[in-house]
Amino acid sequence: MLRYTMKRVLTGVLSLFVLATVTFFLVRLIPGSPFQRGGVSSQVVEAVEEEYGLNEPMLDQYLTYMGSLLRGDMGISYQDPGTEVAEIIGRAWPITASLGITALAAAMILGTALGVIRAVAENRALREIISAGSMLAAGIPSFAAAILLMLLFSVKLRMLPASGLLSPVHYILPTAALSLYPAAVISRLTGNTLRAELQKDYVLFARAKGLGKWRTIFTHALKNAYLPVLSYAGPASASLLTGSFVIESIFTIPGLGREFVSSVTNRDYTLILGLTVFMGTVVIAVNLLTDLLCAWLDPRMRRAYREEDV
Amino acid sequence: MNAGRHMRHQLKKYIGGSRMAEAGCIIMGIWILLAAAVPLLWPWSYSEQNAQICNQASSLIHWFGTDRFGRDLFARVWYGAGISLVIGIASALINGLLGVLCGAAAGYAGKWADMLLMRAADIISSIPSMLYVILLTLVMGAGIPSIIAGLCVSGWIDMARIVRVEIRRMRDMDYAHAARMEGTAPMRILLRHLLPNAAGPILVNLIFLIPQAVFTEAFLSFLGVGLEAPAASLGTIIQEARSQMMLYPSQMVYPLAVLCVMILALNMVGTAVEDRIGDRREETE
Repeated sequence: MLRYTMKRVLTGVLSLFVLATVTFFLVRLIPGSPFQRGGVSSQVVEAVEEEYGLNEPMLDQYLTYMGSLLRGDMGISYQDPGTEVAEIIGRAWPITASLGITALAAAMILGTALGVIRAVAENRALREIISAGSMLAAGIPSFAAAILLMLLFSVKLRMLPASGLLSPVHYILPTAALSLYPAAVISRLTGNTLRAELQKDYVLFARAKGLGKWRTIFTHALKNAYLPVLSYAGPASASLLTGSFVIESIFTIPGLGREFVSSVTNRDYTLILGLTVFMGTVVIAVNLLTDLLCAWLDPRMRRAYREEDV
Repeated sequence: MNAGRHMRHQLKKYIGGSRMAEAGCIIMGIWILLAAAVPLLWPWSYSEQNAQICNQASSLIHWFGTDRFGRDLFARVWYGAGISLVIGIASALINGLLGVLCGAAAGYAGKWADMLLMRAADIISSIPSMLYVILLTLVMGAGIPSIIAGLCVSGWIDMARIVRVEIRRMRDMDYAHAARMEGTAPMRILLRHLLPNAAGPILVNLIFLIPQAVFTEAFLSFLGVGLEAPAASLGTIIQEARSQMMLYPSQMVYPLAVLCVMILALNMVGTAVEDRIGDRREETE
């Protein structure tokens, strides 16, 4: 297990290195300079580029950047002179993360509840409604859901605020838009695996020795049925924690996703790179933690990892 | 050809009899027909502007109304649906092919080829893919090829993983050994014996790749890094309607509805086929 973890950490570091390298050269291939503005003469642009070392050979720039990145220095934003990239991330991430965690919690609770109901309900119509509903929810792109929710609740009914994240009420619409898809997937996964799990002998045994229906489901069957859900929720939470570009831009939430979109339009090289490396780190770390958690919960998976090492 | 007949047979086996799959296929058929026929036969063009008829509501002449430049929305929506479908299907096919090739190579060759390909897949998949799609479309310039290229950076990985597992599972089965002992070339074993047996999971993944690509493309165009005017996909049309969604919500609702139904229909087919395969697995186990 330790060897597996080490290997994964190593792969993760390697991934980040590749990510930083590719992004470094890719952003410099985007046409346009970070300092090109309407009405700014080319001499001024050149002078500023020189100040930031952008006229040096590409390889030198790359080595300088990677050197400072290794020391944990992500540089200074080009658009917001004097502001460090780390500072911008430090400002934007708590916003994105709080929204992401809320959405994840909502998706897990709602998805699990609906999945359990779908697996145990005797009523066929109820099962069909849940399964059709989850398919419908999975079919609507998140931005479409966000716009429809906004049109309905903010424009037509004027019940909920449409932008910003000032109070808990502001969280409702973006959370709903963000959690709709994962909730649908989780309910489908929970429903399918739990239904299969309930056919197994140990469930029958637990019921036969007098354990209540719901106790059996929650203490025995759900625990086993939850692994596929967890291995889905890991990557899903990684993407929620790094922010949804569209949801943040629709609801004007100043999180990571919005920073990224504006950094790309501004050709803010250091900020693009800093954000990419940061998001990459979060994604890799969360995925690793999920896999370790699954291995910890399921001895069979632990054995598979050990065999893979050989 | 044999493979073609095999595929058709597989399709019938997976789709025939499931009402959900049939409904999905019928909707997709109608959608493809409309996307192909409306731009050709409809009296209004998707790009012609007319200042006299801006922002009209639905009428018998303009079924979905007109946008703020006086362009007929019915023509635009179906033209956009066609573009979305072309991007979705093309990138799904490329990703599918890449994934099957890489997965089969990794699964059958094993050892270092497996290691190399799967580590590469790990690295690519740990990168937030949306970042790459956005950067790539900016570098290559707006247009259909750059969107497809962006979608193909990481889209093949799931397919490669699935195919690799299937091939590894079957590589050591008796019939594969038998073929090997007969002296059949490895390539032939892979193509004739192993891959056809993995057709089910490949098919499911391929079907799900299309809505994913349509989804991502709509999202990109919505962010404004997708296509360049006058070309328009459903995402572009939704984006254009956004600035006046308070006044004319219907301009947004029509393309949204067409997009959602399209993705839903594809998901229905995929889910039905997936369930069918799941059931068959349970039977054989």
